[in-house]
Amino acid sequence: MAMVTIRRIETAADTLYKSQLIRGFCHLSTGQEAVGVGLETALTQEDKVITAYRSHGFTYLRKGSILPIVAELLGRKIGISGGKGGSMHMFTPNFFGGNGIVGAQVPLGAGIAFAQKYLGMKAATFVFYGDGAANQGQVFEAFNMAKLWELPAVFVCENNQYGMGTSAARSSANTDYYKRGDYIPGIKVNGMDVLAVHQAIAYAREWALTEHKGPLLLEMETYRYRGHSVSDPGVSYRSREEIQKVRSENDPITHLRERLLEAQILSEAELKDMEKAAKAEVDKTVKEAEESEQPDMKTFWTDVYVKGTEVPFLRGREPQETHFYRK
Amino acid sequence: MSPMLKKAITVSIPSVRQALARSNPVLANALLAKRTYNSKGGVEMTVRDALNSALEEEMTADEKVYLLGEEVGQYNGAYKVSKGLLDKFGPKRVIDTPITESGFCGLAVGSAFAGLKPVCEFMTWNFAMQAIDQIVNSAAKTHYMSGGNVNCPITFRGPNGAAAGVAAQHSQCFAAWYGSVPGLKVVSPWNSEDAKGLLKAAIRDPNPVVVLENELMYGISFPMSEAALSKDFVIEIGKAKIEKEGTDVTIVAHSRSVGFALEAAMLLEKEGICSAEVINLRSIRPLDTETIIKSVKKTNRLVTVEGGWPQYGVGSEICAQIMESEAFDHLDAPVVRVTGADVPTPYAQNLEAFAFPDTDVIARVVKRTLNKKIGA
Repeated sequence: MAMVTIRRIETAADTLYKSQLIRGFCHLSTGQEAVGVGLETALTQEDKVITAYRSHGFTYLRKGSILPIVAELLGRKIGISGGKGGSMHMFTPNFFGGNGIVGAQVPLGAGIAFAQKYLGMKAATFVFYGDGAANQGQVFEAFNMAKLWELPAVFVCENNQYGMGTSAARSSANTDYYKRGDYIPGIKVNGMDVLAVHQAIAYAREWALTEHKGPLLLEMETYRYRGHSVSDPGVSYRSREEIQKVRSENDPITHLRERLLEAQILSEAELKDMEKAAKAEVDKTVKEAEESEQPDMKTFWTDVYVKGTEVPFLRGREPQETHFYRK
Repeated sequence: MSPMLKKAITVSIPSVRQALARSNPVLANALLAKRTYNSKGGVEMTVRDALNSALEEEMTADEKVYLLGEEVGQYNGAYKVSKGLLDKFGPKRVIDTPITESGFCGLAVGSAFAGLKPVCEFMTWNFAMQAIDQIVNSAAKTHYMSGGNVNCPITFRGPNGAAAGVAAQHSQCFAAWYGSVPGLKVVSPWNSEDAKGLLKAAIRDPNPVVVLENELMYGISFPMSEAALSKDFVIEIGKAKIEKEGTDVTIVAHSRSVGFALEAAMLLEKEGICSAEVINLRSIRPLDTETIIKSVKKTNRLVTVEGGWPQYGVGSEICAQIMESEAFDHLDAPVVRVTGADVPTPYAQNLEAFAFPDTDVIARVVKRTLNKKIGA
């Protein structure tokens, strides 16, 4: 149900972007739903997650509600970041975004794990990055410190085969991303199978916290049907046949459906009802979000600094648009 | 003290003074410090020790405060600022990092997001260019982008600007760069009280704060007032200090330049040329324009002094803000900037001396400003 919801959110986002209600960047995770869902089912609320910008699904799973996410995409007041972040900058108490600079989230994630260890928490941080980010220097800097200081960080490479328009083979001298951790052991996981993802995450969590008390690397082999972002048709660097093949033979939602039917856990009718309900909920929420207000102008000036600790004033576009925080 | 040195202090021959300053900038500043207008107090402390006290006190007061950086632990700090901290607080709270600025700065920022209060040391601010993405895009902007949901109570610190003979890659001043970023606060201490009070304030501030120290100031002693010695001594970020009152011209400076500005002011007063008011900015962002404007209204002339490059610098910003303010109507002469020269810092001593402002340059510029009249 979660996967269907995410897929529906992403589809809705695509439509909204095309009607220009969503602006800027919009990176959809259609096809990659199993990764986020398998992850969330294996985590506690104390565990933390951080990823880059293909993050709508993760945000939904860690927050649990659709409205603030869609509202944020539309730049509305009730958006999860008050309309001030947009697609790439959504956060929850146990989810640290939503980060726009490729690779920067990896040292940040190591830092979150550092804090967990420092504070004596029995929790781990799951640090996501893509095949495109896997060659960033700072990723290896983070690996080094995580291993050196035995941080409870599980690094997860979400390999969807393409870094924007560049295939893995064209960007990476070594495409076995699970091996790139060198002194950090790695496991390759079928990212299109939600149960495999769940098992891998559960195992990794146990490894990081109890067994080995240190970092682990997971590579989730997955695929995105859409382009890098909504403005990328996604077919200039790969064939439509390739996309179709994955969609028909390796779709994560289809996989789970088949499994549930085979094991007779749910019937076809029940599945259809669940899917219908998920889609209806998303559609209803999207409508509610579309009807909601834009942020109040005063929020233009809030949160530059922590409330109560602001600077005396900040300039606007011209001297007369200066905003004073204290009289 | 050698007789020659003693003579050098008492004789106000510019060339001797210059020679002394250039041959031993550390000593020159030390001599200067003895006669500066610091808070009266019985105890003297070096800037280094003041920073050390600040770190020690804040780490004692709050378990979430920790220090990380290259050589901060076992080596006791590349410049000994963190001396003794590893022994006192242990390896959990004083962390030696690998030489990976981008990584360890990002790690520190992430730990701040997750509830800790890191003090992230850069061996010099030049090396922080490797980490500037984390400082600006992760630390400075996240509170705003998250609509207030994520906090980043981190302090970044390290020596900034000119050292002595370390050449271009190790001598850049970053005040203007960081000062332009909304979401950051930026401070630039001059003396020991500044160092202690501003670092403590930075650590306590829930926003990301950049502390721009200066290596040449680390070894200089200044008197510390009773108040400054207290465990709770903080200096308000965003408030400049009038180090010397005057009536004829205002000189605004930050960091090491404050010392030169004060010496220039004393020189000019001694020679009967003018009474200069010297303002120690202390903070780069927010800039205390209120204090500067008030002073300009009194003196009608303004000279800014900084070690950084001239274009798009701190002085440029002050000029712009003064122009746009009510102070403009009180100016009897255009504002003039004294800055570092617009070149990568050279190594040879005579060339290097020509790259950074000193007492004589400031005095010369002030004299020239006094001779100017509007419309002339």
